[in-house]
Amino acid sequence: MENQNIYMDYGATTPVRPEVIEEMLPYWTDYFGNPSSVHRFGQQASLGLRQARETIATLLKCHANEIIFTACGSESDNLALRGVMWAAKYNGRGNHMITCEIEHKAVLETAYQLQKNAGVDVTVLPVDKYGRIDPDHLVKAIRTNTVLISIMAANNEIGTIQPIDAIGEIAKGHNVLFHTDAVQAIAFSDWDMDSMPVDLMSLAPHKFYGPKGIGILYVRRGVDLVSTLTGGGQEEDRRAGTENVAYAVGSAEALRLAVAEREENAAHYKALTSKLIDGLLSAIPGACRLTGHPTRRLPNNASFAFQNLSGNDLVFHLDVAGVSASSGSACLTGDPKPSRVLGALGLDSEWTKGGVRLTVGQLNTMVDVDYVLEKLPRIVNQMGELRAQFL
Amino acid sequence: MKSLPDSPIEKYNDSVPGTRKRVAVAMSGGVDSSVAAGLLVEQGFDVIGMMMRLWSEPGGADQTPHNRCCTPEQMADARRVADKLQIPFYVLDVQEYFYKKVVQYFIEEHNHGRTPNPCIECNRVIRFDYLLKQALSLGVDYLATGHYARIHHDSEGYHLFEALDKNKDQSYVLHVLGQHELAKVLFPISGYEKNKVRDLAEQFGLPIAQKSESMDLCFLKDGDYRRFLKENSQKREESGPIMSTDGIRLGTHSGLSNYTIGQRKGLQVATDKPLHVLRKDRDHNSLIVAPRASIMMTCLQSNEVNWVSNRIPKLSFRGRVKIRYRATAMPATVMPNGINQASVKFDDPVFGITAGQGAVFYVGEECVGGGIITDEECS
Repeated sequence: MENQNIYMDYGATTPVRPEVIEEMLPYWTDYFGNPSSVHRFGQQASLGLRQARETIATLLKCHANEIIFTACGSESDNLALRGVMWAAKYNGRGNHMITCEIEHKAVLETAYQLQKNAGVDVTVLPVDKYGRIDPDHLVKAIRTNTVLISIMAANNEIGTIQPIDAIGEIAKGHNVLFHTDAVQAIAFSDWDMDSMPVDLMSLAPHKFYGPKGIGILYVRRGVDLVSTLTGGGQEEDRRAGTENVAYAVGSAEALRLAVAEREENAAHYKALTSKLIDGLLSAIPGACRLTGHPTRRLPNNASFAFQNLSGNDLVFHLDVAGVSASSGSACLTGDPKPSRVLGALGLDSEWTKGGVRLTVGQLNTMVDVDYVLEKLPRIVNQMGELRAQFL
Repeated sequence: MKSLPDSPIEKYNDSVPGTRKRVAVAMSGGVDSSVAAGLLVEQGFDVIGMMMRLWSEPGGADQTPHNRCCTPEQMADARRVADKLQIPFYVLDVQEYFYKKVVQYFIEEHNHGRTPNPCIECNRVIRFDYLLKQALSLGVDYLATGHYARIHHDSEGYHLFEALDKNKDQSYVLHVLGQHELAKVLFPISGYEKNKVRDLAEQFGLPIAQKSESMDLCFLKDGDYRRFLKENSQKREESGPIMSTDGIRLGTHSGLSNYTIGQRKGLQVATDKPLHVLRKDRDHNSLIVAPRASIMMTCLQSNEVNWVSNRIPKLSFRGRVKIRYRATAMPATVMPNGINQASVKFDDPVFGITAGQGAVFYVGEECVGGGIITDEECS
């Protein structure tokens, strides 16, 4: 039996880096104060929070008061969509928003809820076979009452990077706000919010070696946003609730490291995923295809679809072999559904249950990749034989 | 009768130190499979928990299909046991295959006027074939289940024996196993009485939720198989005559699938002595009934016979034969006939021999094989 323990699901979450933990620790013990308190304990906590916000703003080249701390990436998406659409409703600015088929559910479900409960019109753009939206479709979808475009920077399942500069320019040209969910993409390109045509951006520090339980929403100055969590007026009246100072501090440190090591990491990940992609496509010709764009994709993402196989079963077999991967059809209760993302790419039912995603990270090496390249084709073969025998 | 080891799994974990044998355990969330997993962990095996998601009719408020074998509660229980034992746990999607192999078989057998035992078919094609092969493809050495039946190995090969706890014995539904399967299967709790298994559960700190022992079919939403057949069978059930053995029409039946052999209640025929269903005449769509004494049979024919030893006995042999899961095995002579058939002659007349059910053969405590009762005449 194997004693391998290879984590290749960094797209799901990452471990917290020791440097990050180190930075956070004093904020649970020594500097535990509530940043809203007047006394010195409060002031210490407030200082930590302010410094964290400023660090993040500097790294993203924006202003500190453009950074809102939330509780997770999903909350950031929720606040962006609901906050903008509610504000537009109060101001009579319009009630139409545009998103696309392969957005994270935090965006799509929020959009659908707004459609159902708040009279918002939602246009959902299709994507091409690589998962990219067509800017021409976007232009055609914009109406006089369009308020917001929400398109992710990169897809979580297939890693495809959207043309967000082009989208942002279109939005700007039509005086429409542009929100991007950059939860997966943040660690892999240079973000200069000052010059980029992006008005709102969601981040999740646990995707870049920070803690779970905190999210970040960048909101450009001047964007009218109604708070969806009301109370004590924290985060400049945009998100109530006592601030999670330790996690904010940890997020800043995690982002600092991610930016500092961006190129080095990206090159390392690219080398690993390139070998994974080339290796698997040549080991399993025909019955395995790369999903997402061949080049315009996240450097740490190698995602595949396997013909007539269950991605859920593949993930299970891989785990027993000592490799942690994920599937768009993954399901803890044995009732996997076809991946809606793979469906949106136009793949038919022979493929849409067979998605497997390998996302590499700092702890992965070429030895890990070699192990996966040895194991996965064998597992695919065995499962193909089982299927042929039984179904 | 051979003496069997008390702890039936110890001898399997004979690997050199440092290389633990790996076992996949089919877990149900119930006490038996939980204790099976606990015993294996205690013996030092490297254990993986598995559960199969089987097909079910959509039912309940949300119309979510949940087979009785694997409801959300049972999954949560199994997961809790796995957490407690610190073993990984996975749920396999077997819905499509289970539907194709077990549910359709159930429908078709009824269409042919037989009363199938889908648990036997499930063990044959799902649990000890598909699941076993899935498990072996993971690189495990054995598949373990929480069944009550003993496996013994000697120079002749593997033998299947009734459980120590005769009330819990499940060898009836395991007669489909052969040498290939028995070599790779473990029944860790088979050496224990049910009470001892409960004690062990407590000892391991496992939840001792009692799985329902209901004999309802696991894939029905409400336990009403007649309704299920009516809704799912292509074949339209037509009413027809209820006849006596001497050709007298006594009444009208509502469709042959609605009756089982031996059934007395619900026949709605007015006679002075109680009548039972003797057999179903598919060709004439008639239900043949007779008094209890004349539906007692002394013989049966079976096909799809499996011999646990994988060797067909050359001669007929004396033993006991069980004709349904909860029946007592009755003294009989078993006569192998061709590759996969056998006829059985009972010492005394037996009530309720039903086509489609298993006829399982025992010599002493050993289950040597069994087949499916056919609707052929015998003498």
